[in-house]
Amino acid sequence: MNTWVYIDHFKGNVIPASWEAIGVGKTLGHVTALVFGSGVEALAKTAFEYGADEILLAEDVGLADFRAEAYATTLSKLATEQTPDLVLFPTTTRGRELAGMVAIDLKSGVMVDVITLDVTDGKITITRPIYAGKLLTKETCSAKPQIITLRGRAFPKPAQQVGRSGTLTKVSAVPGDFPTKVEGYTTSEGGVSLTDAGVIVSGGRGVSNNPALTPPAGMDDKQTELWRAQQGFALVKELASALGAAVGASRAAVDAGYVSYAHQVGQTGKVVSPDVYIALGISGAIQHLAGMRTSKVIVAINKDPEAPIFKLARYGVVGDLFQIVPALTAAFKKKMGK
Amino acid sequence: MRIVVCIKQVPDSTAKVVVEQGKISWGDAPLIMNPWDEYALEAALQQKEALGGTVTAVSIGDESTKEVLKRALAMGADDAILINDPALTTMDTQATAQVLAAAIQQIGAVDMAFFGRQAIDGDAGLVPAQTARLLGWPSLTLVSVIKIEGSNVRVERGIEEGRQVVVAKLPAVFSMNKDFGEPRYPSFMGIRKAARAEIPTWSLTEVGISAPASFITWPEIMNPPSREVTCEFISGGSPGEIAESLANKILAEKVL
Repeated sequence: MNTWVYIDHFKGNVIPASWEAIGVGKTLGHVTALVFGSGVEALAKTAFEYGADEILLAEDVGLADFRAEAYATTLSKLATEQTPDLVLFPTTTRGRELAGMVAIDLKSGVMVDVITLDVTDGKITITRPIYAGKLLTKETCSAKPQIITLRGRAFPKPAQQVGRSGTLTKVSAVPGDFPTKVEGYTTSEGGVSLTDAGVIVSGGRGVSNNPALTPPAGMDDKQTELWRAQQGFALVKELASALGAAVGASRAAVDAGYVSYAHQVGQTGKVVSPDVYIALGISGAIQHLAGMRTSKVIVAINKDPEAPIFKLARYGVVGDLFQIVPALTAAFKKKMGK
Repeated sequence: MRIVVCIKQVPDSTAKVVVEQGKISWGDAPLIMNPWDEYALEAALQQKEALGGTVTAVSIGDESTKEVLKRALAMGADDAILINDPALTTMDTQATAQVLAAAIQQIGAVDMAFFGRQAIDGDAGLVPAQTARLLGWPSLTLVSVIKIEGSNVRVERGIEEGRQVVVAKLPAVFSMNKDFGEPRYPSFMGIRKAARAEIPTWSLTEVGISAPASFITWPEIMNPPSREVTCEFISGGSPGEIAESLANKILAEKVL
């Protein structure tokens, strides 16, 4: 099978699921990696090291910023000329949008956020979560090329073989004169991105009610609650930083204004699947559980022994998170030599 | 401004969804407006309030789907259209996008088409970009901030690395993110108006296209494998002792 892999990157920083996609393509046959942008030839070399046999490099100032329209037109033109069997994208904001547009151009369907992929007689059957992971569905696509976005961390990342090389072909970009212009970026709050994270530490409403704290005088109820939440989330962030983890939150914590929406895990936030998920003061509403249930090891600390989160947890502590979390942070720092 | 909001009816987000005898069941949970579409409707109503114009809510579904369109009217949409045709049963995202793009063209002179970022049932998040592609309009997905500047629009949209500021020409397609701001509740007057409203139904003939082919098929829908875990509760004489044994247990999993 002739597989194309779109290498998703932001200013040259590659989303690791792109390398995972090369790994999937290699199990099916020949892999051509697509590297689009401006001044990104160095990425092409890394793509060879992760296993790409061939690279199509489209460089143009018109592709310097990701604009789905320009990227899709460039990709669709190449696919029309060279007819790959399968085009893989990482499931990212860019990957999703691009896959959707290319499917329209090439009159095919998209199988999105795929977690398993099987091939029988050249026909692909995938599995993907629906209803935020409450269910799984199998899917097939009757048109060519088959277009798939792969969920990050669902497939193994191939080993990097330093010095490995292949055939690089420069192709022309088709940026077009589409009336869309990227004016700039506001950077995120920093830290580890939830979707790529191997470890996530999440806080819920429970982090705002430390009985041992006395808020500064003169605050109204809402200010007091937010002040308490800030103190609580400071503990969440300290544990996360000791573990090199991303910070997550329940919808209740986001809706109450404790942290920004970018941190929300669950059905109307991000669906995550880290190796370790530590839930602090999260009782485990069904929408939250749907968003993190495939985490490998789930750890919950909650004062309520009946909290539903314990039904998914491998390890649980029923107790006061405000005492246990700082002690846990200290224990990890000591044990992990930090 | 002529504004269209595309809305989907879905099972409530708190529903316990399971597969029984090969079919999806959500028990007696209610069908609701897709929560993301409420943000889309809020964004549409705010544009109308700032610039004048009309907001039309559009949905594909059967008669029961009129309920979510009535909710849209109650929240402040001016009118609503239900697209209901026996040829529209199981549709993949590109087929849905074809019907919606055709409906937007049929409505005519539309400046802005709003969507939620994805539907909480299928979770694909492809229809907004695919509809934009079919219309040849800019696709402004995952939007949190909108500013209209003459015939241009400036948006902030979420990407993995933060937010991207994009300027595009209208007409455009927008998919809305939760951080745009909380959707309003239906007003008392709105509910009364919605209760009386006659919602027109369009067949594909009225939409102006023939039944689009779907390329994706769903041979099997399954319950996820159950998580075979029993929670091991860690206890101890002091927080330090609990933390010590919990850290040891986690490190012994060799996943850190």
